[in-house]
Amino acid sequence: MSATTTSSIPGRPKDERASIALGRRRARTDAVVRFLCTAATILGLVFLASILATLVVKGAGGISLRVFTDVTRPPGSGGGLLNPIIGSLIQVGLATLVGTPIGLLVGTYLAEYAGGSRFGTVVRFVSDVLLSAPSILIGLFVYQILVLPFGGFSGWAGVVALAIIVIPVVVRTTEDMLRLIPNTLREAVIGLGAPKWKMIVLVCWRAALSGIITGVLLAVARVAGETAPLLFTSLGNLNWSLSLAQPMSSLPITIYSYAGSPYEDWITLAWTGALIITLGVLGLNILARAVLRARR
Amino acid sequence: MSQNIPAAASAQAPSVPPPAQQALPPQGVVQGSFGGMAARSGARIGPARIAIRDLNFYYGTNKALKGIGLDLPDRQVTGMIGPSGCGKSTLLRVLNRMYSLYPGQRAEGEVMLDGQNIIHPDQDLNALRAKVGMVFQKPTPFPMTIHENIAFGIRLHEKLSRAEMEERVEWALTRAALWPEVKDRLHSSAMGLSGGQQQRLCIARTIAVRPDVILFDEPTSALDPISTLKIEELIDELKRDFTIAIVTHNMQQAARCADQVAFFYLGELVEVAPAAELFTAPRQKRTQEYITGRFG
Repeated sequence: MSATTTSSIPGRPKDERASIALGRRRARTDAVVRFLCTAATILGLVFLASILATLVVKGAGGISLRVFTDVTRPPGSGGGLLNPIIGSLIQVGLATLVGTPIGLLVGTYLAEYAGGSRFGTVVRFVSDVLLSAPSILIGLFVYQILVLPFGGFSGWAGVVALAIIVIPVVVRTTEDMLRLIPNTLREAVIGLGAPKWKMIVLVCWRAALSGIITGVLLAVARVAGETAPLLFTSLGNLNWSLSLAQPMSSLPITIYSYAGSPYEDWITLAWTGALIITLGVLGLNILARAVLRARR
Repeated sequence: MSQNIPAAASAQAPSVPPPAQQALPPQGVVQGSFGGMAARSGARIGPARIAIRDLNFYYGTNKALKGIGLDLPDRQVTGMIGPSGCGKSTLLRVLNRMYSLYPGQRAEGEVMLDGQNIIHPDQDLNALRAKVGMVFQKPTPFPMTIHENIAFGIRLHEKLSRAEMEERVEWALTRAALWPEVKDRLHSSAMGLSGGQQQRLCIARTIAVRPDVILFDEPTSALDPISTLKIEELIDELKRDFTIAIVTHNMQQAARCADQVAFFYLGELVEVAPAAELFTAPRQKRTQEYITGRFG
């Protein structure tokens, strides 16, 4: 194409055919990238769906009132999952109650007070290491400091182990959510003559609330399914017991031991237990989201 | 609606701020040179509410304000203009000690308010910020209801009965020209207001504390022309009770709102004069060049 204008725009004149070819090439690249992204998404969803489907198929059949009202019994004599369900509720509930305030305060310290200080950097690093530490290590740690010295497995030891897992999850999300708050909001609170602690407690926590709650839910979901740290701490208990000073039953431990047993009815109960944990965490998530939406 | 501010306890409902009794006498340095020139509104530049002398400000080792001397006349509007980075916002952040939030920022010199040098390290910052309120560039509603946004600042400094609180909230919202728009939705979230409404809410929140001085840091740069007009009208109305300083990039705005205008350039106060005089007959060449758009 020859220059048909006397324009002062620098460079070669635009080539119509070249730009059409470029457009086609871009369309092909776009198709390839789109295909890869879609395929990866579908692959992930297929695994998730197949896990859920297997859970429902194998577990739903075992669901009956008896599962929720009867305690665990020897194979062949019926029985339900009442003590593992209650044991899990107690241990996960207490661990969340203990771990959340600690995690919230540490996360707040990191976001609002530590700045770039050396101590803050170290705390952040240690918390991140703890976040990714294999949970069986945490179980062994609590075994060393609580189970051996105090004469045996107990619900309390299980609570402590789970709380240690809750803390770094809450620390990370709390810090991240507080850092998302623009500094102008902080200055606006300070500009009214508010002391820093009121700024944090009354405004920043509130602004970050939905994120912090999501973090707590993540932590609950994580510990609700933890088996390894409980093996060395609360051990599991086939008898009905609400005493935290005694070994305590829990759903993951029961699933672990039932699923590995040769008894048909125990294996069905294990699937049912797994379904109950999954539905419980899912329900908690939906509930929290609904509550948060209603508050807006 | 009475323009008197509802007093916490007394029946006489005194108008704030306590007028000139605490104001400083006119200072020769700046005021003397005006020679009786009248500002746009026809009012003379009155006695100073805040007197700044030999003020230097540092971001670390970078000197951002150099030997500033300026009076903010009592219950009048001082406009601060100048190109970006000239130090006008920095000066505003000195007046309520906002810079004290950040280590490494420091001021030296004298900023006298009610007989006290407010940049002295012993200054009670929360008490100062109750006296010197600030409205920011971007609206910063707190994540709570409209009513709670206003009550938040009041509760920091005063204990009011429920009835007194209702009265004060209505008064503040009325003064901020927002009451008719929000009176039926006081208990819905402030985040649902439009940008202009949010900015007027921030103004209401600031005046609800009953400060003596209000600092506006480019309060309309994020707003549409209609909202801008409303805020400008509001500023004109508010100066009956409050001493006002406004930083703006908009010279028409400075001409419309301000009684006295200060032109800053590279950390120095180049010229301060009644608005009409500064824009029609600037004495400094740099002022002339800036207001005619030759730079900046």
